[in-house]
Amino acid sequence: MSDTKVTMPAYVPPPPRRLLEPHRIFLLAVFAAIVFCVVWFMRWDWLPKYQWKLIEGIGETLFLLFSTAAVGFLLALPLGLVQVTGPWPLAWLARGFCTLIRGTPLLLQLWLLYYGLGSVFAQYPEIRQSELWPYLRQAWPYGFTALMLSFAAYEGEVMRGAFAGVPRGELEAARAFGMGRFTMFRRIWLPRAFYRALPTLSGETVLQLKSTPLVATITVVDVYAVISRVRQDTYLTYEPLLLLALIYMCLTGILVLLFRFLENRIPSRGA
Amino acid sequence: MDTAAPAIEVRDLFKRFGPLEVLKGVSLTARQGDVIAIIGGSGSGKSTFLRCINMLELPSAGSVTVHGEEIALRDDGHHGLRPANRRQIERIRSQLAMVFQSFNLWQHMTVLQNVIEVPIHVLGMKRDEAVSIAEKILRRVGLHEKQDAYPAFMSGGQQQRAAIARALAVQPLAMLFDEPTSALDPELVGEVLSVIGDLARERRTMILVTHEMKFAREVASHVIFLDNGIIEEQGPPEQVFGDPKSERLKKFISSIH
Repeated sequence: MSDTKVTMPAYVPPPPRRLLEPHRIFLLAVFAAIVFCVVWFMRWDWLPKYQWKLIEGIGETLFLLFSTAAVGFLLALPLGLVQVTGPWPLAWLARGFCTLIRGTPLLLQLWLLYYGLGSVFAQYPEIRQSELWPYLRQAWPYGFTALMLSFAAYEGEVMRGAFAGVPRGELEAARAFGMGRFTMFRRIWLPRAFYRALPTLSGETVLQLKSTPLVATITVVDVYAVISRVRQDTYLTYEPLLLLALIYMCLTGILVLLFRFLENRIPSRGA
Repeated sequence: MDTAAPAIEVRDLFKRFGPLEVLKGVSLTARQGDVIAIIGGSGSGKSTFLRCINMLELPSAGSVTVHGEEIALRDDGHHGLRPANRRQIERIRSQLAMVFQSFNLWQHMTVLQNVIEVPIHVLGMKRDEAVSIAEKILRRVGLHEKQDAYPAFMSGGQQQRAAIARALAVQPLAMLFDEPTSALDPELVGEVLSVIGDLARERRTMILVTHEMKFAREVASHVIFLDNGIIEEQGPPEQVFGDPKSERLKKFISSIH
Protein backbone atom coordinates (compact mmCIF):
# COMPACT_ATOMS: atom_id res chain seq x y z
CA MET A 1 0.00 0.00 0.00
CA SER A 2 1.22 3.52 -0.73
CA ASP A 3 1.67 6.16 1.90
CA THR A 4 -0.65 8.65 0.32
CA LYS A 5 -2.98 9.99 2.90
CA VAL A 6 -6.65 10.04 2.16
CA THR A 7 -8.16 13.13 3.69
CA MET A 8 -11.86 13.60 3.92
CA PRO A 9 -13.13 17.01 2.81
CA ALA A 10 -14.33 19.10 5.72
CA TYR A 11 -18.04 18.90 6.39
CA VAL A 12 -19.87 21.92 5.10
CA PRO A 13 -23.40 22.19 6.45
CA PRO A 14 -25.95 22.93 3.75
CA PRO A 15 -27.24 26.50 3.78
CA PRO A 16 -30.59 26.87 5.50
CA ARG A 17 -33.57 26.73 3.14
CA ARG A 18 -35.14 30.05 2.40
CA LEU A 19 -38.56 30.80 1.02
CA LEU A 20 -37.26 32.69 -2.00
CA GLU A 21 -34.99 30.30 -3.81
CA PRO A 22 -35.00 30.38 -7.63
CA HIS A 23 -37.08 27.25 -8.15
CA ARG A 24 -39.54 28.35 -5.52
CA ILE A 25 -39.92 31.78 -7.06
CA PHE A 26 -40.71 30.04 -10.35
CA LEU A 27 -43.30 27.76 -8.79
CA LEU A 28 -44.89 30.68 -6.95
CA ALA A 29 -45.13 32.58 -10.23
CA VAL A 30 -46.80 29.62 -11.95
CA PHE A 31 -49.25 29.31 -9.07
CA ALA A 32 -50.05 33.03 -9.16
CA ALA A 33 -50.65 32.82 -12.90
CA ILE A 34 -53.06 29.91 -12.45
CA VAL A 35 -54.96 31.73 -9.72
CA PHE A 36 -55.13 34.84 -11.89
CA CYS A 37 -56.45 32.89 -14.88
CA VAL A 38 -59.01 31.10 -12.75
CA VAL A 39 -60.28 34.32 -11.24
CA TRP A 40 -60.11 36.46 -14.39
CA PHE A 41 -61.23 34.16 -17.20
CA MET A 42 -63.74 31.97 -15.39
CA ARG A 43 -67.24 32.89 -14.33
CA TRP A 44 -67.77 33.55 -10.62
CA ASP A 45 -70.78 35.84 -10.79
CA TRP A 46 -73.01 33.10 -9.32
CA LEU A 47 -71.10 33.08 -6.04
CA PRO A 48 -72.94 35.86 -4.14
CA LYS A 49 -76.29 34.26 -4.93
CA TYR A 50 -75.28 30.88 -3.48
CA GLN A 51 -72.93 31.93 -0.71
CA TRP A 52 -75.37 31.33 2.15
CA LYS A 53 -76.41 27.98 0.70
CA LEU A 54 -72.73 27.06 0.46
CA ILE A 55 -72.08 28.03 4.06
CA GLU A 56 -75.08 26.00 5.18
CA GLY A 57 -73.79 23.10 3.10
CA ILE A 58 -70.36 23.29 4.70
CA GLY A 59 -72.09 23.35 8.08
CA GLU A 60 -74.06 20.22 7.21
CA THR A 61 -70.89 18.48 6.00
CA LEU A 62 -69.01 19.38 9.18
CA PHE A 63 -71.95 18.37 11.35
CA LEU A 64 -72.09 14.97 9.64
CA LEU A 65 -68.32 14.55 9.91
CA PHE A 66 -67.95 15.44 13.57
CA SER A 67 -71.10 13.79 14.84
CA THR A 68 -70.45 10.51 13.00
CA ALA A 69 -66.76 10.49 13.92
CA ALA A 70 -67.48 11.18 17.60
CA VAL A 71 -70.31 8.68 18.02
CA GLY A 72 -68.58 6.19 15.75
CA PHE A 73 -65.40 6.39 17.80
CA LEU A 74 -67.33 5.81 21.03
CA LEU A 75 -68.79 2.69 19.44
CA ALA A 76 -65.36 1.67 18.14
CA LEU A 77 -63.94 1.49 21.69
CA PRO A 78 -66.05 -1.49 22.81
CA LEU A 79 -65.75 -3.02 19.31
CA GLY A 80 -61.97 -2.97 19.61
CA LEU A 81 -61.84 -3.89 23.27
CA VAL A 82 -64.02 -7.00 23.18
CA GLN A 83 -61.95 -8.33 20.29
CA VAL A 84 -58.88 -8.12 22.52
CA THR A 85 -60.19 -9.24 25.91
CA GLY A 86 -63.90 -9.99 25.57
CA PRO A 87 -65.62 -13.35 25.92
CA TRP A 88 -65.68 -15.15 22.59
CA PRO A 89 -69.35 -14.58 21.66
CA LEU A 90 -68.89 -10.82 21.97
CA ALA A 91 -65.53 -10.94 20.21
CA TRP A 92 -67.09 -12.87 17.34
CA LEU A 93 -70.01 -10.50 17.14
CA ALA A 94 -67.69 -7.49 16.97
CA ARG A 95 -65.47 -9.17 14.41
CA GLY A 96 -68.51 -10.08 12.32
CA PHE A 97 -69.84 -6.53 12.43
CA CYS A 98 -66.51 -5.04 11.38
CA THR A 99 -66.10 -7.55 8.56
CA LEU A 100 -69.63 -6.97 7.28
CA ILE A 101 -69.37 -3.18 7.25
CA ARG A 102 -65.84 -3.07 5.91
CA GLY A 103 -66.67 -5.65 3.27
CA THR A 104 -69.52 -3.77 1.61
CA PRO A 105 -69.60 -0.36 -0.09
CA LEU A 106 -70.73 2.53 2.05
CA LEU A 107 -73.06 3.65 -0.74
CA LEU A 108 -74.82 0.29 -0.58
CA GLN A 109 -75.22 0.52 3.20
CA LEU A 110 -76.58 4.03 2.87
CA TRP A 111 -79.17 3.01 0.28
CA LEU A 112 -80.16 -0.12 2.18
CA LEU A 113 -80.82 2.04 5.24
CA TYR A 114 -82.61 4.87 3.46
CA TYR A 115 -84.54 3.15 0.68
CA GLY A 116 -84.79 -0.21 2.47
CA LEU A 117 -85.28 0.44 6.17
CA GLY A 118 -86.81 3.87 5.55
CA SER A 119 -89.62 2.44 3.41
CA VAL A 120 -90.19 -0.46 5.83
CA PHE A 121 -90.66 2.04 8.65
CA ALA A 122 -93.21 3.92 6.59
CA GLN A 123 -95.42 0.83 6.33
CA TYR A 124 -96.10 0.60 10.05
CA PRO A 125 -98.70 3.01 11.42
CA GLU A 126 -97.23 2.51 14.92
CA ILE A 127 -93.96 4.02 13.72
CA ARG A 128 -95.68 6.72 11.69
CA GLN A 129 -97.58 7.85 14.75
CA SER A 130 -94.63 7.66 17.12
CA GLU A 131 -92.65 10.58 18.47
CA LEU A 132 -89.68 9.55 16.36
CA TRP A 133 -91.46 9.83 13.03
CA PRO A 134 -90.64 13.51 12.41
CA TYR A 135 -87.00 12.43 12.44
CA LEU A 136 -87.40 9.09 10.70
CA ARG A 137 -89.10 10.71 7.72
CA GLN A 138 -86.09 12.91 7.10
CA ALA A 139 -83.00 11.79 5.27
CA TRP A 140 -80.19 12.84 7.60
CA PRO A 141 -80.79 10.23 10.34
CA TYR A 142 -80.12 7.53 7.75
CA GLY A 143 -77.03 9.33 6.47
CA PHE A 144 -75.81 9.79 10.00
CA THR A 145 -76.39 6.14 10.88
CA ALA A 146 -74.64 4.78 7.79
CA LEU A 147 -71.60 7.05 8.15
CA MET A 148 -71.41 6.45 11.89
CA LEU A 149 -71.55 2.64 11.58
CA SER A 150 -68.93 2.73 8.87
CA PHE A 151 -66.57 4.83 10.98
CA ALA A 152 -67.19 2.60 13.99
CA ALA A 153 -66.28 -0.53 12.02
CA TYR A 154 -63.06 0.86 10.57
CA GLU A 155 -61.99 2.44 13.85
CA GLY A 156 -62.98 -0.72 15.74
CA GLU A 157 -60.24 -2.50 13.81
CA VAL A 158 -57.81 0.33 14.47
CA MET A 159 -58.58 0.32 18.20
CA ARG A 160 -58.31 -3.47 18.35
CA GLY A 161 -54.73 -3.15 17.13
CA ALA A 162 -54.04 -0.20 19.43
CA PHE A 163 -55.40 -1.96 22.54
CA ALA A 164 -53.46 -5.11 21.72
CA GLY A 165 -50.32 -3.12 21.10
CA VAL A 166 -50.06 -1.51 24.54
CA PRO A 167 -47.14 -3.30 26.21
CA ARG A 168 -48.31 -5.96 28.69
CA GLY A 169 -45.75 -4.74 31.21
CA GLU A 170 -47.38 -1.35 31.57
CA LEU A 171 -50.75 -2.94 32.31
CA GLU A 172 -49.07 -5.34 34.71
CA ALA A 173 -47.47 -2.41 36.51
CA ALA A 174 -50.93 -0.89 36.93
CA ARG A 175 -52.21 -4.15 38.40
CA ALA A 176 -49.17 -4.50 40.64
CA PHE A 177 -49.91 -1.10 42.17
CA GLY A 178 -53.44 -2.10 43.03
CA MET A 179 -55.35 -0.35 40.25
CA GLY A 180 -58.83 -1.69 39.69
CA ARG A 181 -59.86 -2.80 36.22
CA PHE A 182 -61.82 0.32 35.42
CA THR A 183 -59.18 2.75 36.68
CA MET A 184 -56.55 0.87 34.72
CA PHE A 185 -58.64 1.11 31.57
CA ARG A 186 -59.39 4.79 32.05
CA ARG A 187 -55.94 5.94 33.14
CA ILE A 188 -53.52 3.63 31.36
CA TRP A 189 -54.94 1.33 28.69
CA LEU A 190 -57.30 3.70 26.87
CA PRO A 191 -55.08 6.82 26.73
CA ARG A 192 -52.06 4.73 25.79
CA ALA A 193 -53.99 3.02 22.98
CA PHE A 194 -55.53 6.31 21.87
CA TYR A 195 -52.20 8.07 21.45
CA ARG A 196 -50.81 5.08 19.59
CA ALA A 197 -53.79 5.16 17.23
CA LEU A 198 -53.84 8.93 16.67
CA PRO A 199 -51.86 9.06 13.41
CA THR A 200 -54.16 6.40 11.95
CA LEU A 201 -57.29 8.09 13.31
CA SER A 202 -56.16 11.32 11.68
CA GLY A 203 -56.04 9.69 8.26
CA GLU A 204 -59.33 7.89 8.81
CA THR A 205 -61.10 11.11 9.78
CA VAL A 206 -59.91 12.73 6.57
CA LEU A 207 -61.28 9.75 4.66
CA GLN A 208 -64.54 10.11 6.57
CA LEU A 209 -64.78 13.74 5.46
CA LYS A 210 -64.56 12.58 1.89
CA SER A 211 -67.20 9.92 2.40
CA THR A 212 -69.75 12.52 3.46
CA PRO A 213 -70.76 13.58 -0.10
CA LEU A 214 -72.45 10.17 -0.49
CA VAL A 215 -75.33 11.47 1.60
CA ALA A 216 -76.17 13.82 -1.24
CA THR A 217 -77.56 10.73 -3.00
CA ILE A 218 -80.28 10.44 -0.38
CA THR A 219 -81.30 14.12 -0.53
CA VAL A 220 -79.23 15.44 2.37
CA VAL A 221 -78.04 18.90 1.37
CA ASP A 222 -74.35 19.00 2.20
CA VAL A 223 -71.77 21.15 0.45
CA TYR A 224 -71.51 18.68 -2.43
CA ALA A 225 -75.27 18.81 -2.97
CA VAL A 226 -75.16 22.63 -3.05
CA ILE A 227 -72.46 22.55 -5.71
CA SER A 228 -74.50 20.06 -7.75
CA ARG A 229 -77.40 22.44 -7.54
CA VAL A 230 -75.19 25.29 -8.76
CA ARG A 231 -74.12 23.17 -11.73
CA GLN A 232 -77.71 22.39 -12.64
CA ASP A 233 -78.80 26.01 -12.35
CA THR A 234 -75.89 27.66 -14.15
CA TYR A 235 -74.76 24.99 -16.61
CA LEU A 236 -71.22 25.65 -15.40
CA THR A 237 -68.93 22.65 -14.86
CA TYR A 238 -65.45 23.61 -13.82
CA GLU A 239 -65.99 26.63 -11.64
CA PRO A 240 -68.25 24.98 -9.02
CA LEU A 241 -66.15 21.81 -8.99
CA LEU A 242 -62.92 23.78 -8.51
CA LEU A 243 -64.50 25.63 -5.63
CA LEU A 244 -65.67 22.32 -4.15
CA ALA A 245 -62.15 20.91 -4.38
CA LEU A 246 -60.81 24.00 -2.66
CA ILE A 247 -63.36 23.70 0.15
CA TYR A 248 -62.52 20.03 0.81
CA MET A 249 -58.82 20.79 0.76
CA CYS A 250 -59.20 23.57 3.31
CA LEU A 251 -61.31 21.34 5.57
CA THR A 252 -58.74 18.55 5.26
CA GLY A 253 -55.93 20.95 6.09
CA ILE A 254 -57.74 22.12 9.23
CA LEU A 255 -58.39 18.51 10.31
CA VAL A 256 -54.76 17.53 9.82
CA LEU A 257 -53.61 20.53 11.85
CA LEU A 258 -56.03 19.68 14.65
CA PHE A 259 -54.76 16.12 14.84
CA ARG A 260 -51.13 17.23 14.66
CA PHE A 261 -51.79 19.46 17.65
CA LEU A 262 -53.18 16.46 19.56
CA GLU A 263 -50.29 14.23 18.53
CA ASN A 264 -47.70 16.76 19.63
CA ARG A 265 -49.14 16.93 23.12
CA ILE A 266 -47.24 13.74 23.86
CA PRO A 267 -43.86 13.48 22.22
CA SER A 268 -43.10 9.99 21.06
CA ARG A 269 -39.98 8.26 19.93
CA GLY A 270 -40.40 5.51 17.39
CA ALA A 271 -43.39 3.49 18.58
CA MET B 1 -53.34 -5.03 62.47
CA ASP B 2 -50.64 -6.68 64.52
CA THR B 3 -47.51 -4.53 64.59
CA ALA B 4 -45.36 -7.48 65.57
CA ALA B 5 -46.54 -9.48 62.59
CA PRO B 6 -44.01 -10.02 59.81
CA ALA B 7 -44.40 -7.69 56.82
CA ILE B 8 -44.66 -10.63 54.47
CA GLU B 9 -45.08 -14.27 55.26
CA VAL B 10 -45.27 -16.87 52.52
CA ARG B 11 -46.11 -20.49 53.35
CA ASP B 12 -45.60 -23.56 51.20
CA LEU B 13 -46.05 -21.93 47.84
CA PHE B 14 -46.55 -24.21 44.86
CA LYS B 15 -46.87 -23.09 41.27
CA ARG B 16 -47.57 -25.31 38.29
CA PHE B 17 -47.67 -24.25 34.66
CA GLY B 18 -49.47 -27.21 33.14
CA PRO B 19 -47.26 -30.24 33.75
CA LEU B 20 -44.31 -28.05 34.73
CA GLU B 21 -43.84 -27.56 38.45
CA VAL B 22 -41.98 -24.28 38.95
CA LEU B 23 -42.31 -23.83 42.70
CA LYS B 24 -42.42 -26.82 45.00
CA GLY B 25 -43.23 -25.54 48.43
CA VAL B 26 -41.37 -22.29 49.08
CA SER B 27 -41.75 -20.41 52.36
CA LEU B 28 -40.37 -17.07 53.40
CA THR B 29 -40.74 -14.67 56.29
CA ALA B 30 -39.80 -11.01 55.89
CA ARG B 31 -39.87 -9.04 59.13
CA GLN B 32 -39.93 -5.30 59.01
CA GLY B 33 -36.55 -3.97 57.97
CA ASP B 34 -35.46 -7.24 56.40
CA VAL B 35 -33.71 -7.07 53.07
CA ILE B 36 -34.10 -10.49 51.51
CA ALA B 37 -32.15 -11.32 48.39
CA ILE B 38 -33.32 -14.22 46.26
CA ILE B 39 -30.64 -15.69 44.03
CA GLY B 40 -30.58 -18.64 41.72
CA GLY B 41 -30.02 -19.67 38.14
CA SER B 42 -32.41 -18.89 35.33
CA GLY B 43 -35.48 -21.07 35.49
CA SER B 44 -35.08 -21.60 39.22
CA GLY B 45 -38.47 -19.98 39.80
CA LYS B 46 -37.27 -16.88 41.63
CA SER B 47 -39.18 -14.34 39.52
CA THR B 48 -42.30 -16.50 39.58
CA PHE B 49 -42.02 -16.66 43.36
CA LEU B 50 -41.76 -12.89 43.66
CA ARG B 51 -44.74 -12.42 41.33
CA CYS B 52 -46.79 -14.82 43.44
CA ILE B 53 -46.34 -12.58 46.48
CA ASN B 54 -48.53 -9.83 44.98
CA MET B 55 -50.58 -12.34 42.99
CA LEU B 56 -49.48 -11.16 39.56
CA GLU B 57 -48.98 -14.87 39.20
CA LEU B 58 -51.55 -17.00 40.97
CA PRO B 59 -50.06 -19.79 43.06
CA SER B 60 -51.37 -23.33 42.71
CA ALA B 61 -51.25 -23.85 46.46
CA GLY B 62 -49.96 -22.09 49.54
CA SER B 63 -50.66 -18.85 51.34
CA VAL B 64 -49.37 -15.30 51.45
CA THR B 65 -49.86 -13.14 54.52
CA VAL B 66 -49.13 -9.43 54.41
CA HIS B 67 -48.86 -7.61 57.74
CA GLY B 68 -50.91 -10.27 59.44
CA GLU B 69 -53.63 -10.33 56.79
CA GLU B 70 -53.84 -13.45 54.70
CA ILE B 71 -54.70 -12.97 51.03
CA ALA B 72 -57.97 -14.79 50.55
CA LEU B 73 -57.83 -17.30 47.73
CA ARG B 74 -60.49 -19.68 46.56
CA ASP B 75 -60.32 -22.76 44.44
CA ASP B 76 -62.68 -22.43 41.49
CA GLY B 77 -62.32 -26.06 40.51
CA HIS B 78 -60.61 -26.11 37.15
CA HIS B 79 -58.33 -23.04 36.98
CA GLY B 80 -56.68 -23.43 40.37
CA LEU B 81 -56.63 -20.66 42.95
CA ARG B 82 -58.19 -17.25 42.34
CA PRO B 83 -58.30 -14.17 44.54
CA ALA B 84 -61.51 -14.44 46.53
CA ASN B 85 -61.82 -10.72 47.12
CA ARG B 86 -60.81 -8.23 44.47
CA ARG B 87 -60.83 -5.28 46.84
CA GLN B 88 -58.57 -7.00 49.31
CA ILE B 89 -56.05 -7.96 46.67
CA GLU B 90 -56.02 -4.43 45.24
CA ARG B 91 -55.54 -2.93 48.70
CA ILE B 92 -52.68 -5.28 49.52
CA ARG B 93 -51.03 -4.74 46.16
CA SER B 94 -51.04 -1.00 46.73
CA GLN B 95 -48.95 -1.61 49.86
CA LEU B 96 -46.40 -3.80 48.08
CA ALA B 97 -44.66 -1.64 45.51
CA MET B 98 -43.02 -3.51 42.67
CA VAL B 99 -40.05 -2.57 40.52
CA PHE B 100 -39.78 -4.50 37.26
CA GLN B 101 -36.90 -5.68 35.16
CA SER B 102 -38.19 -3.75 32.15
CA PHE B 103 -39.21 -0.64 34.20
CA ASN B 104 -42.78 -0.67 32.84
CA LEU B 105 -43.20 3.06 33.24
CA TRP B 106 -46.36 4.41 31.67
CA GLN B 107 -45.06 5.88 28.45
CA HIS B 108 -47.84 8.40 27.88
CA MET B 109 -47.06 10.19 31.14
CA THR B 110 -44.12 12.32 32.27
CA VAL B 111 -41.94 11.09 35.12
CA LEU B 112 -43.83 13.22 37.62
CA GLN B 113 -47.20 12.00 36.32
CA ASN B 114 -45.97 8.41 36.65
CA VAL B 115 -44.99 9.01 40.26
CA ILE B 116 -48.21 10.74 41.34
CA GLU B 117 -50.54 8.42 39.41
CA VAL B 118 -50.99 5.73 42.04
CA PRO B 119 -51.11 8.06 45.08
CA ILE B 120 -53.89 10.08 43.42
CA HIS B 121 -55.90 7.46 41.56
CA VAL B 122 -55.50 4.44 43.84
CA LEU B 123 -54.76 5.84 47.29
CA GLY B 124 -57.00 8.90 46.88
CA MET B 125 -54.38 11.45 47.84
CA LYS B 126 -54.85 15.15 47.04
CA ARG B 127 -52.93 16.28 44.00
CA ASP B 128 -50.87 18.99 45.74
CA GLU B 129 -49.80 16.59 48.44
CA ALA B 130 -48.90 13.88 45.94
CA VAL B 131 -46.85 16.34 43.89
CA SER B 132 -44.90 17.62 46.87
CA ILE B 133 -44.12 14.07 48.03
CA ALA B 134 -43.18 13.07 44.48
CA GLU B 135 -40.81 16.02 44.13
CA LYS B 136 -39.02 15.04 47.32
CA ILE B 137 -38.68 11.45 46.14
CA LEU B 138 -37.47 12.46 42.68
CA ARG B 139 -34.83 14.67 44.27
CA ARG B 140 -33.72 11.66 46.30
CA VAL B 141 -33.27 9.41 43.29
CA GLY B 142 -31.57 12.23 41.40
CA LEU B 143 -34.29 12.84 38.82
CA HIS B 144 -35.55 16.21 39.97
CA GLU B 145 -34.55 17.84 36.71
CA LYS B 146 -36.13 15.10 34.64
CA GLN B 147 -39.57 15.27 36.20
CA ASP B 148 -41.24 16.65 33.07
CA ALA B 149 -39.46 14.29 30.68
CA TYR B 150 -41.20 11.36 29.03
CA PRO B 151 -39.74 7.90 29.76
CA ALA B 152 -38.93 7.20 26.10
CA PHE B 153 -36.42 10.04 26.16
CA MET B 154 -34.47 8.80 29.18
CA SER B 155 -31.69 6.26 29.66
CA GLY B 156 -32.45 2.85 31.14
CA GLY B 157 -30.85 3.84 34.43
CA GLN B 158 -32.96 6.98 34.66
CA GLN B 159 -36.11 5.02 33.79
CA GLN B 160 -35.41 2.46 36.47
CA ARG B 161 -34.76 5.19 39.04
CA ALA B 162 -38.07 6.77 38.00
CA ALA B 163 -39.73 3.38 38.50
CA ILE B 164 -38.21 3.19 41.98
CA ALA B 165 -39.54 6.68 42.68
CA ARG B 166 -42.99 5.51 41.54
CA ALA B 167 -42.72 2.62 43.99
CA LEU B 168 -41.57 4.83 46.87
CA ALA B 169 -44.43 7.26 46.30
CA VAL B 170 -47.02 4.80 47.59
CA GLN B 171 -45.12 4.66 50.91
CA PRO B 172 -45.10 0.88 50.69
CA LEU B 173 -45.02 -1.61 53.51
CA ALA B 174 -42.52 -3.62 51.51
CA MET B 175 -40.89 -3.34 48.12
CA LEU B 176 -40.51 -6.11 45.57
CA PHE B 177 -37.62 -5.85 43.11
CA ASP B 178 -37.72 -8.18 40.12
CA GLU B 179 -34.20 -8.23 38.67
CA PRO B 180 -34.06 -4.42 38.61
CA THR B 181 -30.70 -4.17 36.83
CA SER B 182 -30.89 -7.07 34.38
CA ALA B 183 -32.13 -4.96 31.46
CA LEU B 184 -29.55 -2.23 31.93
CA ASP B 185 -26.31 -1.51 30.10
CA PRO B 186 -23.39 -2.37 32.40
CA GLU B 187 -22.37 1.25 32.92
CA LEU B 188 -25.89 2.13 34.12
CA VAL B 189 -26.18 -0.63 36.73
CA GLY B 190 -24.25 1.30 39.36
CA GLU B 191 -26.60 4.30 39.57
CA VAL B 192 -29.60 2.04 40.14
CA LEU B 193 -27.84 -0.18 42.68
CA SER B 194 -26.73 2.85 44.66
CA VAL B 195 -30.36 4.00 44.98
CA ILE B 196 -31.51 0.52 46.04
CA GLY B 197 -28.54 0.27 48.43
CA ASP B 198 -29.57 3.52 50.10
CA LEU B 199 -33.09 2.18 50.61
CA ALA B 200 -31.70 -1.06 52.05
CA ARG B 201 -29.49 0.82 54.51
CA GLU B 202 -32.58 2.76 55.61
CA ARG B 203 -33.89 -0.65 56.58
CA ARG B 204 -36.90 -0.59 54.33
CA THR B 205 -38.45 -4.00 53.99
CA MET B 206 -37.63 -5.39 50.59
CA ILE B 207 -37.45 -8.60 48.66
CA LEU B 208 -34.97 -8.48 45.86
CA VAL B 209 -34.53 -10.97 43.04
CA THR B 210 -31.11 -10.29 41.62
CA HIS B 211 -28.11 -11.51 39.67
CA GLU B 212 -25.81 -8.99 41.31
CA MET B 213 -24.12 -11.26 43.87
CA LYS B 214 -21.70 -8.66 45.19
CA PHE B 215 -24.56 -6.28 45.77
CA ALA B 216 -26.70 -8.96 47.42
CA ARG B 217 -23.87 -9.82 49.76
CA GLU B 218 -23.41 -6.18 50.63
CA VAL B 219 -26.97 -5.07 51.37
CA ALA B 220 -29.03 -8.19 52.15
CA SER B 221 -29.81 -9.25 55.68
CA HIS B 222 -30.86 -12.67 54.47
CA VAL B 223 -30.11 -14.58 51.28
CA ILE B 224 -32.24 -17.31 49.76
CA PHE B 225 -30.82 -19.62 47.12
CA LEU B 226 -33.63 -20.98 45.01
CA ASP B 227 -32.91 -23.97 42.84
CA ASN B 228 -35.33 -26.01 40.80
CA GLY B 229 -38.33 -24.67 42.68
CA ILE B 230 -37.15 -25.28 46.24
CA ILE B 231 -35.03 -23.35 48.73
CA GLU B 232 -31.76 -25.17 48.47
CA GLU B 233 -30.02 -23.05 51.07
CA GLN B 234 -30.58 -19.83 53.00
CA GLY B 235 -29.02 -17.74 55.71
CA PRO B 236 -27.11 -14.53 56.36
CA PRO B 237 -25.06 -13.40 53.34
CA GLU B 238 -21.67 -14.13 54.89
CA GLN B 239 -22.72 -17.72 55.45
CA VAL B 240 -24.41 -18.29 52.07
CA PHE B 241 -21.62 -16.72 50.03
CA GLY B 242 -18.67 -17.44 52.33
CA ASP B 243 -19.44 -20.95 53.47
CA PRO B 244 -21.98 -22.61 51.15
CA LYS B 245 -23.06 -26.05 52.32
CA SER B 246 -24.93 -27.58 49.39
CA GLU B 247 -23.21 -28.75 46.25
CA ARG B 248 -25.61 -26.86 44.00
CA LEU B 249 -24.96 -23.55 45.72
CA LYS B 250 -21.20 -24.13 45.56
CA LYS B 251 -21.52 -24.83 41.85
CA PHE B 252 -23.75 -21.78 41.33
CA ILE B 253 -21.38 -19.45 43.15
CA SER B 254 -18.33 -20.74 41.31
CA SER B 255 -20.15 -20.46 37.98
CA ILE B 256 -20.79 -16.75 38.35
CA HIS B 257 -17.29 -15.76 39.39
